[in-house]
Amino acid sequence: MPSISRDEVAHLAKLARLAVTEDELDLFAGQLDVILQSVATVGDIATADIPPTSHAVPLTNVFREDVVRPSLGQQQALSGAPEAEDGRFRVPRILGEEA
Amino acid sequence: MIRHTAAELAQKIHSGEVTAVEVAQAHLGRIAEVDGKVNAFLHVDTEGALAAAQKVDDDVKAGRPVASPLAGVPLALKDVLTTEGIPTTVGSKILEGWIPPYDATVTRKLKEAGVVILGKTNMDEFAMGSSTENSAYGPTHNPWDLDRIPGGSGGGSSAALAAYEAPLAIGTDTGGSIRQPGAVTGTVGVKPTYGGVSRYGLVAFSSSLDQAGPCTRSVLDAALLHEIIGGYDEMDSTSINAPVPPVVAAAREGAKGDLSGVRIGVVTQFSGEGYQQGVLRSFEAAVSQLKELGAEIADVSCPSFDYALPAYYLIAPSECSSNLARFDAMRYGLRVGDDGTRSTEEVMSLTREAGFGPEVKRRIMIGTYALSSGYYDAYYGSAQKVRTLISRDFEKAFGQFDVLISPTTPTTAFKIGERANDPMAMYKADLCTIPANLAGNAAMSVPSGLSDEDGLPVGLQIMAPALQDHRMYRVAAAYEAARGPIGGASL
Repeated sequence: MPSISRDEVAHLAKLARLAVTEDELDLFAGQLDVILQSVATVGDIATADIPPTSHAVPLTNVFREDVVRPSLGQQQALSGAPEAEDGRFRVPRILGEEA
Repeated sequence: MIRHTAAELAQKIHSGEVTAVEVAQAHLGRIAEVDGKVNAFLHVDTEGALAAAQKVDDDVKAGRPVASPLAGVPLALKDVLTTEGIPTTVGSKILEGWIPPYDATVTRKLKEAGVVILGKTNMDEFAMGSSTENSAYGPTHNPWDLDRIPGGSGGGSSAALAAYEAPLAIGTDTGGSIRQPGAVTGTVGVKPTYGGVSRYGLVAFSSSLDQAGPCTRSVLDAALLHEIIGGYDEMDSTSINAPVPPVVAAAREGAKGDLSGVRIGVVTQFSGEGYQQGVLRSFEAAVSQLKELGAEIADVSCPSFDYALPAYYLIAPSECSSNLARFDAMRYGLRVGDDGTRSTEEVMSLTREAGFGPEVKRRIMIGTYALSSGYYDAYYGSAQKVRTLISRDFEKAFGQFDVLISPTTPTTAFKIGERANDPMAMYKADLCTIPANLAGNAAMSVPSGLSDEDGLPVGLQIMAPALQDHRMYRVAAAYEAARGPIGGASL
């Protein structure tokens, strides 16, 4: 039995904001199934008594003094924007029709 | 001129024997001559390179001290590190034409050191791949055989070295993207200890694994470059606040050829099925040479390493699915489908669909799956536990040995297209390199000659504990001196 169905891949694509095509769904469903079955072997040795490691270096929060420092100016920050207006990022509509 | 090491070129430039401008022009000429065939570069910055070189020449002429031991030497920079005013694409259509407004810390340090940046090198899109075939700008070709892959993701950086287009390069290594290209192009590639080189301005793929490092044709050159780019950076919260390990001194010490008392462990997991005979024979020859240099060598078993590959292909995609959420078509990069009728979410989805290639989409979806409720414990949670076991195996092994060794890759360079439709076969190219990323320790690949069956380069991997990078440099330099020249690609 496959570990992931075509419908599940379509759902994942939606969650990941990828407007994948029908052809891609066919391709990815097969490939993701092979990959997921292969990587599922981690469960063979990952017993309950082992603590997880999220990072190789033990991390603690890093703080600095709360003082103003030079940073990117407005123009620089907007320099790569697909669209800008009045010194701001211009984005498509966010609210639905009814709003 | 282009066949010299970086150390030799630096000596010639600093003594006034040649000018940095002449050296830069020689390499720019070489790029013009061969890069049509190799495709190592995505962008060549002729003007910037010559200006940087001129500055070094001005210092030399005026008798001022040069900025660093590598001042005036040209370098190829992987297109994953931001460069102010120079395009940074990460091998992706989603960042085509993007001009970063700031320099990565690595870029800044190179500039301050007077290193001459020739341009930006090709890579698998977002550093996801083992062959550079996933670049949106066409594959890079291995200078040893243009029909073969140069490794990945940093195939452009390593190919530039092997094609004598640059004596120095920078790569980034998340699962082997410096070491594996180094191995299959007959060049040196170093993944420093995680946190040893700043990630500020390194476009993130998998933040807990990504690490920038030096790519060169000699061990000493790698050490010299390592000391320039390494060190604490307050702009990277995972940067280690400790001095850069004394890698240059270690490389010079190692070059004397004495490894008496050095304990070397051979990782037994990295052998057997799936390993090319010529690679294993090259490795055995390297082991014999290390013994002759006085090293004490014994086998060591790290059983959890068998699970490193599956753990990596859960952890890296999970982190990437989160990191790549920033490509939202709003603040920078590509925007597709904004015709006034579509919502932000629709534009976002259409842009990401158009801007990302298949491997990036696969990994984003694997990561999204592995992190989703219901599957988290079985996939991502288990992978994190395997990560703990891998660190424990390293710890145990380093209790007995100063460094560990293995082949860098199971095979020599494969043909372009050979594994393109089989993601799992492609992933196996990183079998031996991944454990060091998961544990965060240092590792490097140094050429161990050519495989006797196909005449292609083979790499010897040397791994050291975190912040003990100098140990592997000493062993690598001693081995390199004993091994002698491996020849070069006849391009």
